[in-house]
Amino acid sequence: MAYELIETIEVGSGGAASIEFTSIPQDGVDLVCKMSLRGGTGSSQLLQFRLNSDTGTNYSVIRLVGDGSSVGSFGGTGNTASFLGAISSSSDTASTFSNSHMYISNYTSTTNKSIGGDAVSENNATFARQDISATGYTTTSPITSILLYPINGTLEQYSTASLYKIY
Amino acid sequence: MSNPTKIVVDLSKPKGQRESIIELTDAEVAEREAQAQEAEAQRLAEEQAEAERQANKEAGIATLKSLGLTDEQIEALLG
Repeated sequence: MAYELIETIEVGSGGAASIEFTSIPQDGVDLVCKMSLRGGTGSSQLLQFRLNSDTGTNYSVIRLVGDGSSVGSFGGTGNTASFLGAISSSSDTASTFSNSHMYISNYTSTTNKSIGGDAVSENNATFARQDISATGYTTTSPITSILLYPINGTLEQYSTASLYKIY
Repeated sequence: MSNPTKIVVDLSKPKGQRESIIELTDAEVAEREAQAQEAEAQRLAEEQAEAERQANKEAGIATLKSLGLTDEQIEALLG
C-alpha cells in the first residue's frame, strides 16, 4: 500500500466557503484527505462534505463526540450531505487549526461507499472537540469529486486540504 | 455585497493550473444558510437530549441513595 499525493490546497486571504476537488483520477484504490482547518464563525464549527455534487438524501452518518467535559453520539439517515467532525473556530485560541482526516474505501467502485473520519479541534482550554465519524453513501458511481465546507461561514486563511490516493 | 468564494480544484488539469476561485451563487448561499440553520437546530436538540439524560442519571442516583445504597454500591451498579 502506498500513498501518492494528488494535490494540496491552501486557503488564501479572505477565506473560502468551500474546497472542492473535482475530476479525481480513477487509478487508485482508496482516497485519503488530510486537513488542517479553521472556520471563521461560531463556537461549534463542523466540517461537512458532499460527494459527486450529490444533493440527494443518500448519506447516513454516526458520530462519537467529546468536548473536554462530556461525550455523546449522534447520527442520522437520509441526509443531503455528511459530517466529518469538529474543526477549530473563531471561538478557539487564535491561529489554531483542527486535525481532520477522511478515508474513502474503494472509491472507484460502482457500489455504496464507506467513509471513515476523525477530527479534533485545537484550543488552549478544556473545551476542545473530538469526533470519530462513519458515513455510508448510497451510490452506484465512482467518487469523482469531494466538496468540503464548514456548517457556518468560511474556512479561514491558511486552512489546508491534501488529497492522496492509495494503491 | 458580493458572495463568499469557493475553491474548485480541477484535477484533470496540470499542476499549477488546477485551482479556481469562484463566487458562490445566490442559490448556493441560500442552501448553506439553510443547512447551517438545520445543523444548529440539531445541535440544540442534541444538547437538550444530553441534559435530560444527565438529569435522569442524577435523579436515579438520588433515588438509589434514598433506598440506602452506598456510593460504592451505586458506582458498582453503574459500571
